[in-house]
Parts: sequence; structure tokens; C-alpha cells
Amino acid sequence: MAAVDHDIAHAHDDHHPTGLMRWIGATNHKDIGTMYLWFSFIMFLTGGVMALTIRAELFQPGIQIVNPELFNQLTTMHGLVMVFGAIMPAFVGFANWQIPMMIGAPDMAFARMNNWSFWLLVPAALLLISSFFVPGGAPAGGWTIYPPLSVQMGMGMDMAIFALHIMGAASIMGSINIITTVLNMRAPGMTLMKMPLFVWTWLITAYLLVLAMPVLAGAITMLLTDRNFGTNFFNAAGGGDPVMFQHIFWFFGHPEVYIMILPAFGIVSEIIPTFARKPLFGYSSMVYATASIAILSCIVWAHHMFTAGMPAAGQLFFMYATMLIAVPTGVKVFNWTATMWRGSMTFETPMLFAIGFIFLFTIGGFSGVICAIVPIDIQVQDTYYVIAHFHYVLVSGALFALFGGTYYWLPKWTGHMYDETLGKWHFWLSMFFFNLAFFVQHFLGLAGMPRRVPDYALQFADFNMISSIGAFGFGLTQLLFLYVVLKCIRGGEKAPASPWEGAKTLEWTLPSPAPYHSFETPPVVK
Amino acid sequence: MVGVLVVAMYSGLGMAAPDPYQLNLPEPQSIIAEQIYDMHTMLLWICLAIFVAVFGVMFYSVLKHRKSLGFPAANFHHSTTVEIIWTIIPVLILVGMAYPATKTIIAMKDTSSPDITIKVTGYQWKWGYDYLTGEGEGISFLSSLSTPKAQIENAAPKSENYLLEVDRPLVVPVGKKVRILLTANDVIHAWSVPALGVKQDAIPGFIRDTWFTADRTGTYRGQCAELCGKEHGFMPVVVEVVEPEQYAQWVAEQTTQSAAAAVDASREFTMDELKAEGEKVYAANCVACHQANGQGIPGTFAPLVGSKIATGPKADHIDIVINGKTGTAMAPFRHLSDMDIAAVVTYERNAWGNAAGDVVQPSEINEFRK
Repeated sequence: MAAVDHDIAHAHDDHHPTGLMRWIGATNHKDIGTMYLWFSFIMFLTGGVMALTIRAELFQPGIQIVNPELFNQLTTMHGLVMVFGAIMPAFVGFANWQIPMMIGAPDMAFARMNNWSFWLLVPAALLLISSFFVPGGAPAGGWTIYPPLSVQMGMGMDMAIFALHIMGAASIMGSINIITTVLNMRAPGMTLMKMPLFVWTWLITAYLLVLAMPVLAGAITMLLTDRNFGTNFFNAAGGGDPVMFQHIFWFFGHPEVYIMILPAFGIVSEIIPTFARKPLFGYSSMVYATASIAILSCIVWAHHMFTAGMPAAGQLFFMYATMLIAVPTGVKVFNWTATMWRGSMTFETPMLFAIGFIFLFTIGGFSGVICAIVPIDIQVQDTYYVIAHFHYVLVSGALFALFGGTYYWLPKWTGHMYDETLGKWHFWLSMFFFNLAFFVQHFLGLAGMPRRVPDYALQFADFNMISSIGAFGFGLTQLLFLYVVLKCIRGGEKAPASPWEGAKTLEWTLPSPAPYHSFETPPVVK
Repeated sequence: MVGVLVVAMYSGLGMAAPDPYQLNLPEPQSIIAEQIYDMHTMLLWICLAIFVAVFGVMFYSVLKHRKSLGFPAANFHHSTTVEIIWTIIPVLILVGMAYPATKTIIAMKDTSSPDITIKVTGYQWKWGYDYLTGEGEGISFLSSLSTPKAQIENAAPKSENYLLEVDRPLVVPVGKKVRILLTANDVIHAWSVPALGVKQDAIPGFIRDTWFTADRTGTYRGQCAELCGKEHGFMPVVVEVVEPEQYAQWVAEQTTQSAAAAVDASREFTMDELKAEGEKVYAANCVACHQANGQGIPGTFAPLVGSKIATGPKADHIDIVINGKTGTAMAPFRHLSDMDIAAVVTYERNAWGNAAGDVVQPSEINEFRK
């Protein structure tokens, strides 16, 4: 009996180090999740400042604020920082916080590897950002770092390559952890087909990461040796082929696109049923659609290269395969709509962001189908149309889902309700300014304005000015988000275990804020 | 929003001058561009229809199925029939989209039996045009941005075709099939002319091809579409489509001019002749990186003033100009004539306080190339 008492007492002792050591030596999934989320938010602001500098330069024709060299560094680093520093780690932060709670586990499977996979990101990010301050500056060849241009860069390029290597290693470790946790640590009775959709999408994403990141590592390693050790993988004069880099890069790069959107689908699939007070429509077709998207994402890479030159058969194959992705993606949109249909909906901030996500992501989907059609892609490739397209799927897609997910789970994370009025302001301002910034870019692209240019012809002046105003509005709105989150952490109305009437997943059975160790006794899922 | 786009799109038609509110692709000037234009219009209508259908349902639901209106939640969660229907219908729509696209792709790839073949070479940061076969065979020139620096730096008012104007446009006859072969000298560039429906990457070490037949005479403008370094935004493409007689006249002019301009490369030149010529070559080819004062850009582009190359042995200097330096931004310039290379090397060795004092003759370059 004494032993049992001791166990109970022990269970309530979080016994973690305090102060800085709590974070440096963190092995707790919530602590690590928190660090991932703050890291990604800092990176988001860093990349955002770069974006605003770009938009400030593009406010008017002519060169005003940054010279063309620095402009190219900014576009390159904006892409790298947002993809590898902001969006990806943010989703890993969500996975860390939510997966153990949603599957009824006490923590992640590999606690120390979890620590390592986060702390690797910090030196990698410092290495990447500090490339601005070395001779020659940061890499300026675009986030796609195509050779031979990337071979011309200074040592900043090598630093970026090394940073990507480290971030890739961190991602692979994080993925292995997620796969192991999901496959081995589910509560009794939770079969795979009973898992919350967020967990499903992350499981599939983790497999994509394990598949794609080593391919990127291979491509950038070859680039590194071409740059420094006289190899000629991508140098035609030495028997290599610069287009081979593009094939290898996009074999990573296209699955990467879905790595950034599948967990977003997962978050939205949690939010919509909760606020519609109705079960998710077509759960199993959602799972199959996610898996189909993941598989298709591995055979469509060359649609990024329709102007690089390939045989008609190649263009046709990649066009058909790309168009096919519209089918499972469409199924998801239809399922979300059917979930809302005849629900009993309320529109708190998470729901607003989820509906905003569906609405704008679908517009990005339409422009995606248009880009998939080879002859049209020939016209819009490397223009602002493509910029508009991928910001509709990455900003109003991935980022909006992250915002929605944050508002959705903040009460669970902090134990307080966030300020609903300010949350709604954050949504509506983001929605307005996002469209102001990016919708007009469709027109710029169709009219022929190339991307990655620091200056442009006079006919593009008005839309660029509108776009810049939208971008500044959008950027400043995100400070409101920061304020709402800080306010929620510091206090506010006490959150009950389940603040949302329609929430059904396991994390809502835990008190708010969630205890340090999630489920010490696994719940039984019927 | 898509509705606005579709309606507004028609206002883009029939506007010849650059329109600051152009919402759509430029007015097509070739059969391929026309097919692309129509296909894009068709797709927009399809997207609009889907948009209205899906979001009509969703926003009806958002308005009516609210807790605040007391609407009770239903509890249905799947329907195999509905799910099969909404999988099959999109497949059929996609097949409908793919069919015309496939036909156009096959037409775009047919570069056979051209009337004129022109090789386009991308350089950092200008285009080189070589007329290989057909009327005009043998004509060869470089085409670079003619917008003055002062306009870019906001020191002078910007002209109508700001950033879209070149010193020597590509001239082709109307109604003739022009095959474009593409390659590049240094990094990947992309040659694009939206009104003609052409965009193709130019890849160093490889040849790609594309084609167009212009339907109407006129001046059609485009830009380099693949990031190629710091002056990427400053290497436009201008194609002048003219009547066949005018074209024949242009070809005749080019041939006489090049004969007149041909210098006897075997003769000896004086330092002043070479320096004067070299300054022009420098301004056209070198100034973007090494700057007008020869100081380069610290950390990015090497200075020439007092540099080891520009003050050291002639042979090393000639070598780096002809062959470039692997792993750096210094591209090979072997496409320049013996005269141009001799002149620019002489200029660099004797300008901005560099005082190598030696003269490089075209014949030395000719010798070096062997």
C-alpha cells in the first residue's frame, strides 16, 4: 500500500530542472513543443522583416532602398527562413504538444532525441542568418539555389548548405520520433482508423520527411563539392548537368510542399467538426485522400521545370500526374463542406481561420490547376502568378491553419482563454491585408512581371504599390497575434478542461492547462 | 473574387499600349499564344463554376446552419455514394481540361521545318543572337538593356518602355516560322516573350529549342525569367516583327555594316586606339560587376584597380577574360571578338591608375585561342 501511495505522490511531482536548464535539458514534449513554437515565431518575424524590405523596395519602380545584390539575398533568405525556420518547425511544435495528448500517451517516444532535434535548429538558424554578415553576403540564388548561379556565390552559400544539412537532420530525427510515438504509444483501443485526423496527417507527413530530406541533403552535398572540391556534378563543361540539380531538388521540393500543408489539413479537420458540433464527414476518405496526396506528391516534381526543357512525353506525364492531385484535394474540401452542412455552427477565432483556410486554399488550388496545364505554365512560370499561387497555399494555407490551431489549443496550453475580440480582429485584418497583398499579384504575373526582380516596368507600378500596402498591413497585424498570445499566457478567463462544446478528442479530457506529463495512465478508447 | 477576375479579364483584351491595370495575359500574337489565352479563359470559367458551387453550399451553410439561429446539429458522417460522385466528377472535368492542353503541348514541341533558325545565348546580363539558317544567315549581335542608369536610380524621369528596351532588338519577318535554339554562357537564363507564347530556359552546356510564328507586325517585349544574378531584372527581350520586305532590307543593312565594321585584326593598334575601343567594350560587358571605377563591389565582385591580374603578366589576364574563373561570378567571355578582348584587356591594364603600360594586340588573342 505504501508503494502505491508513493507512486501517486511521485506522479504529481514534475521534477524538472528550473530556470534555463529546464529548457536546455528539456525532455518534456510540452516544453519542447513550446520552444519549437517560439522558435518558429521568431523565424516568422525574421522572414517577415525580409519580406517587408522586399515589398518596400517594390513599392515604386526604380531602385530606392536595397541594391539588386541585397534584394536577391533577401528573396532567397525569406524563402529559406520561412520554409525551414517558420512553417516546418511550427508544425513540429504542434506535433510535440498535441500528438501525445491526442493519442493518450504520456510523452513522445524518444525524449532525448526530441531535445536534440530542437536544439540543432538553433545553431542552424544562426548559421543561416549570419551568412548576411560574411564577405559576399547571404546566398542570392533563390531559395531553390540552382547551380551554376549558386556556384558563383560566396561563402554565405556554404553556410546555408551546412545550415540546411543540420535542419534536415533535425527534421528526420523529429519525424522518426513522431512515427515511433504514433505507431507504439497509442492508448488501448485507439486503432489507426480511430486516430484524430491531425495525428494521421502528421504520421504521413513524417514518412514524407524521412523520404524527402535525405534527397535534399544529397543535392546540396553535391553542390558543396562542386563549389569547393572541383567536382562537376552540375557543370556541363565537366560532364555534369545543371538540370539534374533541379530534378533532385524538386524530388525533395515537391513532397516538401505537402509536408507544409498536410498537417494544416489535419488541424482544420479537427477545428471544423468541433465548431460545427458534428462528426467529420468521410473520416476514412480523408485518410485515404491524405495518403494519395502524399504518394502523388512524389511523382509530380518536374512540374516546377516545364520551361527547363523536357520531351513532350515528360511534360504530358507530369501534367497529368499533377492534375490528379486536384482529385484528393477536392475530396478534402468537399468533406469539410459536408461537415459544416447541417451542423450547429459557431464562429470563434479558430473556426474563422479554418473557414478562411478553406476559402483561400481553394483559390490557391485553382491557380495550382491552372499552373499544372503546361501551355499556361509556360506563360506564368517564374512570374508573380506563381508567387501569388504559392502564397495562397502557404500563407492563407499553412499559416492560417497554424493560427487557427494556436487559438484552438491555447486554452489547453495556457489554462486561459484568449481574447476572443482581438482574435477576431486578427483574423479579419489578416484576411483583408493578405488578399490585398497577394490577389493583385495574379494580375501582375499574367501581365508578365517576372519574379525575383528588384525593379519593374512602369505598367506594373500600381498593383505593386497595392501589394506592398497589403504586405505591410499583414505584417503589422501579426504583432496583434503576438499580443493576444502573450496576454493569454499571462492571464485571462480560466479555461475549463474542454472550452469547446463540440470537441471530442482526448486532449480535452485533461485539465487545462494540461499536466506536465500528459497521460500517466492511458485512457481506454472504445 | 474569381468572378471579378473573369469579368475584368475581358477589359484586358484589345489594349495595345501597356495598361497599368492589365488583368490578363497579353493579347496573343501567335497561334500558340492564342491557344494558351483561350485555354486560360476556359479554365477560369470552369474554376468559377466550381467556386460558385462549392462556396455557394458552404456559405449557405455558414448563414443558415448556425447555433445562434437554433439550428440543431445533424449527425451524419459519411455517404459512400456521394463520395464516389465527387471523386468521379472532378476526374471528368480534369480530362476535359487535359485534352486541349495535350494538343497544344504537341504543337509547341514541333520545331520542325523552320524558315529561320536563330541561336539565342544568355549572358550575364544580355542576350546574344546568331542567325544560323534562313534569310539573314550569319547576322550576329548582342542585345542589352538601353534604359540609362540614371532612370533606374531615379535621377531621371522614366521612359515609356522603362526596363523593356534594348539597344538592338531581335528582328524577324511576320508569318515565318522562327525556330529559337537556346543556350547560355554562364548561368541559367530564360528567354520569354509572352505575346508570342514563348518561354524557354537557356542552359549552359546544353541546347534547348522552341518556336514561334508571329501573326502581326509589331514590337513584342519580354524579360529574362530565370534568376541569373544581380542584373536579372535588367536583361529584357525585344522582338521586332516586320514585313518580309522590311526584313530583307534590314538583313542587307546588317550585312553591309558588318563588312564595313570588320577590322583588319592582323594589323597593329596603338595604345590609344585600343583604350578607346576597350572603354566601350568594358561599359558593355564588365561594368555591371567591376563598376565604372574598376573598384568592383567589396566582398562580391573583385576590384581591378591594382589587382594581381590586371597588373601582372598579360597571359593570365587574357586567360581569365577568355576562360573565366570557375567557382566565381567571373564568366568566360570567349564569345567576344579578338579585337574586343585585346581592347578591353589593354584598357583594364591602363585605366584607373593601373599602369601595366603594355598593349595587347588582337593577333595575340588569336594566338592565345589556338
